Formats: sequence, C-alpha cells, structure tokens
Amino acid sequence: MPEITYREAIVAALQEEMRRDPRTLIMGEDIGPSGGPFKTCQGLYEEFGPARVRDTPISETGFVGAALGLALTGYRPIVEIMFADFLGVCFDQIVSGIAKHRLMSGGRTMVPLVIRAIGGAGLRFAAQHSQTAESWLLSVQGLKIVAASGPAEAYGMLRAAIRDNNPVLLLEHKALLSLKGEVATGSDAVEPLSGARVLREGTDATIVATLAMVGRSLAAAELLAKDGIAAEVIDLRVLRPMDTSAISESVRRTNILVTVEEQAKLGGWGAEVVAQVAADAFDELDAPPARLGLPEYPLPYSPPLEDAAIPSPEAIAATVKSLL
Amino acid sequence: MNLAQQPTTIGDNSAASLTDADRVALFRSMVRIREFEEQVQRSYLEGLVHGTTHLCQGQEAVAAGAAHAMRADDYVTFTYRGHGHCLARGMDMAAAFAELFGRASGICRGLGGSMHLTDIEKGLIGCFGIVGGGLPVAVGAGLAAQLNGRGQISTTFFGDGAVNIGAFHEAMNLAQVWGLPVLFICENNLYGEFTRINHTTPFENLARRAGGYAMQAVMVDGNDVEAVFAAVSSAAARGRAGGGPTFIECKTYRHRGHSRTDPAKYRDPAEVESWLKRDPLVVYPAQLAERGMLAPADAERIVAETRSAVKDATDRAAAGAWPQASADLTPYMFV
Repeated sequence: MPEITYREAIVAALQEEMRRDPRTLIMGEDIGPSGGPFKTCQGLYEEFGPARVRDTPISETGFVGAALGLALTGYRPIVEIMFADFLGVCFDQIVSGIAKHRLMSGGRTMVPLVIRAIGGAGLRFAAQHSQTAESWLLSVQGLKIVAASGPAEAYGMLRAAIRDNNPVLLLEHKALLSLKGEVATGSDAVEPLSGARVLREGTDATIVATLAMVGRSLAAAELLAKDGIAAEVIDLRVLRPMDTSAISESVRRTNILVTVEEQAKLGGWGAEVVAQVAADAFDELDAPPARLGLPEYPLPYSPPLEDAAIPSPEAIAATVKSLL
Repeated sequence: MNLAQQPTTIGDNSAASLTDADRVALFRSMVRIREFEEQVQRSYLEGLVHGTTHLCQGQEAVAAGAAHAMRADDYVTFTYRGHGHCLARGMDMAAAFAELFGRASGICRGLGGSMHLTDIEKGLIGCFGIVGGGLPVAVGAGLAAQLNGRGQISTTFFGDGAVNIGAFHEAMNLAQVWGLPVLFICENNLYGEFTRINHTTPFENLARRAGGYAMQAVMVDGNDVEAVFAAVSSAAARGRAGGGPTFIECKTYRHRGHSRTDPAKYRDPAEVESWLKRDPLVVYPAQLAERGMLAPADAERIVAETRSAVKDATDRAAAGAWPQASADLTPYMFV
C-alpha cells in the first residue's frame, strides 16, 4: 500500500469525490490556483476549474452560509476553513442555519455539506490560530463532527463526509499535514462515518484521544510498554454523534480510563466519554477516570510555554501510571 | 365567476406589461395575505399560535408584486416576517396555519413554527430567524442558479434592520464579486424592531448601501404592487441574462407592531396615520375600480371568499393532531 502524507490524503479524497460527483464543489480562501495555504487543494483548480474550485473573499459568514444555500438547491459543497479558529466567525451560520435547517423544515430539506477546518497547536501560531475547535460545536444537535488523526483517516473520513447527506464538520490538524501513512486510495467503495477505533491493543489501561493526541498517546503506550504496562489506544474519531461502546468494551478489560484532548478539559469531549463509560461500565473501573487537556488559559506563543501546554507522551504515560 | 378560487399565478416575467387578469391576481394575492395575517392575529389571542409571530399587514404589495415577477423554479429566502412571501408563492393555507398552531399536519410537521416556514417544492428554501441569516444562503442559491444555467434567480427578502449586520455585507459583496443572479429585496418599514431607522443607520434611503458594493440598486414605492412587480421583473431579467445582482429597496410600513401584541407605541401617530392612507388593500382596488379593471362588487366578493377560505383553513388546522411527544425526531434531523 502506498505511503502518502495527510495533506496528500486530503487532496486525493477531494480529487476522487469531485471526479465522481459533478455536484460537488469546494470554496475557501486561497484554495484556487494557490492550492490552499496548506496545499490541501493542490491541483484541484487545474483539474476542475474556477466554477467548482472557488477562491472566496475573507467572508466566512458569507461563504459558509452560501454552502447552506448550495446544499439546499441540489449541490454538495465543501468548504475549507483555513484555521479552525475562524469557525467563530461563521458560528451563527453553522449553529442556527446549517445544523437546524432540516429539523426546522420537518425533515423536508437535506443539507449535504462538508466543512473542513484545519486547526491545532504546536506550530507557534499563537492563541488565535491554534484551536482544534473539537469542543466548540460539540453540543450542536444536527451537526456531525469528525476528527482525522492520520492520513488514512483524513482520506477515508473526508470521502465519507462528502457522501454523507448531512452536514459534517471535519476537523484536520495542521501539525499532522506532513505525517505519512499507508492509505488505500482509488477504491469506489467508502466506509460510512462510524465510531471509535482501537489502534493499539492492550490490557492494562484505555487511552482515548483525537487528532494529534492520538499519535502522542501511541508514543505514551510505547513508553509504558518499556515498564511492562500494556495500554490500549483508541482514536475517538467521531465526536458527534458520539458512540463510546468500543471504549466501554475496552474499559471492561483494562479497568483504567484516560482521555487526552487538545482543548480545555472544561467543556471538552473527555468529560462526555467519562460520563458515558461511567454509565455503561461503572463497576469495571478500578480508579476514577482521568482527563488530560490544555491548561485553563489561552494558548501562549513562546515555544517552551506552548510545548508545556500540550499533553506530552510523558505526561500521558505518567497519568496512566498514577492510576494503576 | 368565482374569482377567489382561481389559483394565483406565478407571473411569466418576460411579459412586458400586466394583463387585467394579472392585476386581479395581484389583488387576490394581497387579500389572501391580509386575511391570513388578520386571522393569525386573532388565533394568537385565542392561544392557538404559540411563542411569537411577526405579521406583515401593510407590506403585502412587496410579497405579491415580487412573487408575480418570479418563476416557479426561482429560489426564495426570507425572514421571520415571512407568511406573506409563503402565501404569495402558493403555500397551502391550512398547512401554514397548522404549522403556526404546532400541529403534525403543519407544513414543517410542527417542528419549525411561524419563523421557519419552508416549502422546498415551491422554492421557499428557508425562513431565517436570525436577522441577516438568510442572505448568505440566498447567495449560495444564486450560485446554484448560475451553475444550473437555466436562467433562475435567487430572491431574498429582509428588513431595514438587516442592512447593519455582518451577514448582509458579506452576502452583498460576494454576490457582486461573483456576478450572481440574486435580488436583495429590502422591505424598509422604517423600524428595526422597536427602534426607528434614524437611530441606527446613517441614512434612510437604503439603496445607498448597494453603492458600497458597486451593485445596481433601485428604490420603489413598496406599497405600489405594480411598481414592485416592474422593479423585480426588470432586475430578474437582468439577473437571468447574467447581469448580476440588484438591490431593490421597497419603501413600506407595517400596520401592526413588531411581533405578538406589540402595540408599537414607539411610533409617531401622525406617521402611522399617513401610511395607513397608503394601505395597498385600499389604494389598489380603488385604482382598479377607477380603471374599470375590477368592479368594487367583485373586489368585495374576492375578500369575502378569501375570508371564507381562511376560516375553513383555520378550522382544519385547529382540528389537526398534535405531534407525539414521545416520537424520535432523529429521522427529521439526519437523513
């Protein structure tokens, strides 16, 4: 199987779905001839032309709302949000419009659109350009939210999101763009969006993570293995609707639960996982579940401060050990 | 001849001038809106309509004139003061009442309410409760129209209050930059909720706003249904031919308060008085009678028959079953 980068996986997914369905089109800032500031739309403009690959003005409310209009009139728009932080700009169009339209219409409309938001910390972009936004829209009924932790996920979930007839927010991480992985491209069949996935099996602790925290959790599992501790690492993948059955199943075997998110713990998905697992597998827990996340202040710029704010593999491993 | 029972036609906008039948249809459309809104007011006071509702008595000429200039395959977005636009596009009255009453037989199964009437088959793609919220959506529909290449247009109705919110500015800019067939129809009734326009906006002729986007604009007497029809027809023809968007400011006035039972005490009685004299439901039939196009007895008959149809629709709606509280609504959320 070929190894491609996360960035190339996104491009491949967009190419394949845009070739397959002429009703798809993509809009965003600088995504046309420039291929996107993160090169996630490389070559699309040359292949599909300006009608289907559109550079927008800096108007997130405008073009995200336009995506709703396109979806309601038979098109399948994809929007690239350059920095997930900018979801704050078009928040109303998402929460009051996109997420609610179908239900408010009595189920008589369909909103097949995808918002791809590139976020995440670690690259010194400072507080206003480093949100993963994975918890910002967590409570919005009517929205599907998925998070891609690696190239295969970025590819598979984007294709599935484009084929989904509901509004999907796909979170991508800028620190993962150059990450390489095996991706089976080019098949016609696509697995629909579904829940959590076990990436590394273990018997002693369950670690649940999303986006860049998945890689750090896998690294933590390696550190723990040196001390004879076998950690099971689960990529949560789908934040909404959230299915924690695989996590509860894991905790029934390991009895220890740790969640790792790149957002503040307060208001984050970690608490939801803990609540659901506690409801499903309370008697199986040998220790109170622990959550790791960002500190309770906006992300600082200075490299040592940013690095200290993001949960490290060492911190994840130490947390697991503290529960055993 | 039973004039009230003929369907209101969606006019072919290539018609250079209105026929007598068109004029009667315009009058009938305005009567239907007025009678519907008056009934909603009564039903609200009877406890049949819940929460809040925003009525458009006085503004019927905008809805009727604009709808008559559009094609059945055009897209329309509008605001919470949207009953008139729905009726002008042929929404079933009983289904509309049932929606306001929260019944399962409502056009949105009781899931949306007064502020979210939607009827995708009639091109009514969305009714937006957040001021300005529908304008970017209308731009998207305008892009769809452009991509479809069939000469469709996207029309969006909004009030004077919307011209100060971000979504308006982004939508106007985007429509102009992409040359989209969008008609931005501003119903300037001089009040954003309870606050008069001179307190919120640097000028009262809102067509000026379009200049900031290099967009074509026209100002029209929004209480003159034929003037509205002409302005919308002309802008629609331009849009259909690839000439881009137009901002159409319709000067009008609402007879009632902003919502519910708002007595609108914030308005100068002299101002109210002068606008009531320009009530399209008084002025237009008088003009038609004078021109020999609609005899007063026929106009009265249209009103009486519409009232009867409204009563019948209300009774049917009020007899409608409530949705089941225990029902799983997920199928109406996700496909």
